[in-house]
Amino acid sequence: MTSIAHPELEGLGTYEYGWADSDEAGATARRGLNEEVVRDISDKKDEPEWMTKLRLKSLRLFDKKPMPTWGADLSNIDFDNIKYFVRSTEEQATSWEDLPEDIKNTYDKLGIPEAEKQRLVAGVAAQYESEVVYHQIREDLEEQGVLFLDTDTALKEHPEIFEEYFGSVIPPGDNKFSALNTAVWSGGSFIYVPKNVHVEIPLQAYFRINTENMGQFERTLIIVDEGAYVHYVEGCTAPIYKSDSLHSAVVEIIVKKNARCRYTTIQNWSNNVFNLVTKRAVAEEGATMEWIDGNIGSQVTMKYPAVYLMGEHAKGETLSIAFASEGQHQDTGSKMVHCAPNTSSKVVSKSVARGGGRSSYRGLIQVQEGAHLAKSSVECDALLIDTVSRSDTYPYNDMREDDTELAHEATVSKVSEDQLFYLMSRGMEEEEAMGMIVRGFVEPIARELPMEYALELNRLIELQMEGAVG
Amino acid sequence: MTKFEIRGLRADVLIGEDERQEILKGVDLTVNSGETHAIMGPNGSGKSTLAYAIAGHPRYEITEGEVLIDGENVLDMEVDERARAGVFLAMQYPVEVPGVSMSNFLRSSVTAVRGEAPKLRQFSKELQGAMKNLSIDSGFAARGVNEGFSGGEKKRHEILQLELLKPKVAILDETDSGLDVDALKIVSEGINRSKETHQMGTMLITHYTRILNHVKPDFVHVFAGGRIAESGGPDLADTLESEGYERFVKAGA
Repeated sequence: MTSIAHPELEGLGTYEYGWADSDEAGATARRGLNEEVVRDISDKKDEPEWMTKLRLKSLRLFDKKPMPTWGADLSNIDFDNIKYFVRSTEEQATSWEDLPEDIKNTYDKLGIPEAEKQRLVAGVAAQYESEVVYHQIREDLEEQGVLFLDTDTALKEHPEIFEEYFGSVIPPGDNKFSALNTAVWSGGSFIYVPKNVHVEIPLQAYFRINTENMGQFERTLIIVDEGAYVHYVEGCTAPIYKSDSLHSAVVEIIVKKNARCRYTTIQNWSNNVFNLVTKRAVAEEGATMEWIDGNIGSQVTMKYPAVYLMGEHAKGETLSIAFASEGQHQDTGSKMVHCAPNTSSKVVSKSVARGGGRSSYRGLIQVQEGAHLAKSSVECDALLIDTVSRSDTYPYNDMREDDTELAHEATVSKVSEDQLFYLMSRGMEEEEAMGMIVRGFVEPIARELPMEYALELNRLIELQMEGAVG
Repeated sequence: MTKFEIRGLRADVLIGEDERQEILKGVDLTVNSGETHAIMGPNGSGKSTLAYAIAGHPRYEITEGEVLIDGENVLDMEVDERARAGVFLAMQYPVEVPGVSMSNFLRSSVTAVRGEAPKLRQFSKELQGAMKNLSIDSGFAARGVNEGFSGGEKKRHEILQLELLKPKVAILDETDSGLDVDALKIVSEGINRSKETHQMGTMLITHYTRILNHVKPDFVHVFAGGRIAESGGPDLADTLESEGYERFVKAGA
């Protein structure tokens, strides 16, 4: 029953997770943003003063910074109409039964308890609106010292780690939306993996927005200590509403010497969500950071997972798939910043556009002074299903050393008449043939996904292709 | 017993938005189960167009005539329906489909044509046997469809599909071109197996008589100027071999 276990991979043409629960907390939450709202969030969370101050400073930065105009069209975001904090339950549950009925129903429908039962994951976090409502980690991992907590709890229990790392990878003033997130952040995952501990099964988080005009601002901080390994998987869904919601997360990752972190995202937000996320990792000497980024839902996504390669022989990799259907703009890509010698990076981006959707690849490869013998390869391929969809590529390269090895390849192709004809002449119906071509196109990325996600992705493409032909 | 009839077939190739050119100018041919019809003719005579028009390639438009398989009009069917009705086209230049493994592609095709998915183990055995018969390395099953295949490998895979899909009628578009002596023999044996095991009717499109030494035709047709200019028995191939197509090209012009 993998189809139940991975709701965020569900259908696009037929968005199956678009229902909404009745939710009093959401209905009565206040709209708009000012100092009082920020103080109120911090008060409710009983935060240390330095965090309150950081939030207020970030709010000022947010107010000061202009809206970015270089990417997707964000003019429809109405910051005054957004609900910045919705608390839907007073207490975090460690058993699904303990959740309030309506929230429990949601996760039942999403099939998440089922996934946990099947032991497909080593730990589960479920965030509903602004806060993590359910949390569980396998005991053996806990015994090894692995921390997997929601970020609010982590701040309370591990303040020293927080002061050291919070905002160290993505400072509040990095961009308008990182400033916004730092001002109003709530929820998200905190992970610490001690030295040389390998977490073999993924840790998983599910993010759900329920309230109309909700803003979800989770904050994730992952620290992978020397020689350790972790794979974190997150999925996202939301109801379909007439007016827009905003998801603006910040994800900071520190991968220490010879450690490895893999971060997989499959976002299948409903098509009224603005998804504006800042994700960045620093990789120390010999460390490896891998972003696997699937962007399937949302109205607009702007997301460019970054790796700062800080130590010699550090490696960064981004593999991404984007699907842009009718009314969607997926503006995605990656940033690789080489700050040390002998560092390497690889970006593979595949996008599929149909039904008037628009996909853009936007990426930066930067080699800083002194980062000798850096190697980087970028491959971005776009596939257009019809003649009304659009694909653009915006690659930026900034090389400050001349011994860099850079390979860049970009293709835009249409599903060819001859490929379709070939498969159909072997008996396959047009939709099946189209699906097969698209699956083949994204195969280099799909094979990197956990098995059940890869299977689901295939199913998803089939759904995506329904009505795409003829 | 299958009867495959082409009657008064005329077709245009669509070149641009408003540009088209008539290629087939009234083709008549009947192929019964078990019969092999060699269709020979010079370059540009419309042989490949005949093959693609019958299979339903969107670049060709039928303007007149009909194609019947046991009385049912193939031209009313979608491309995939034609395949499921038992018509198979072995292509001269089969296209690459990157990222789709041969085994996945073959199993999907077999499922579509047979109307039900074959049992995995059974199919795997069947596939291995068929590949062995055609001297195809088992590693090919994991490779992308036609991806990086040589000309000869592509042809062998077309015949592999032929053997798995067991069509009633096969149109083989210059399957012999670009094959060395050994590969020609292997491919011909594959065609003969299909003829023997399920009485496949065959339209063998070729420039050369060489393949006819391996796959014996019952009839030979000379294709020129978009129609069949002359029909005869196997002897006609020998005449063509010694005299060439010139006579027919002139007559057709």
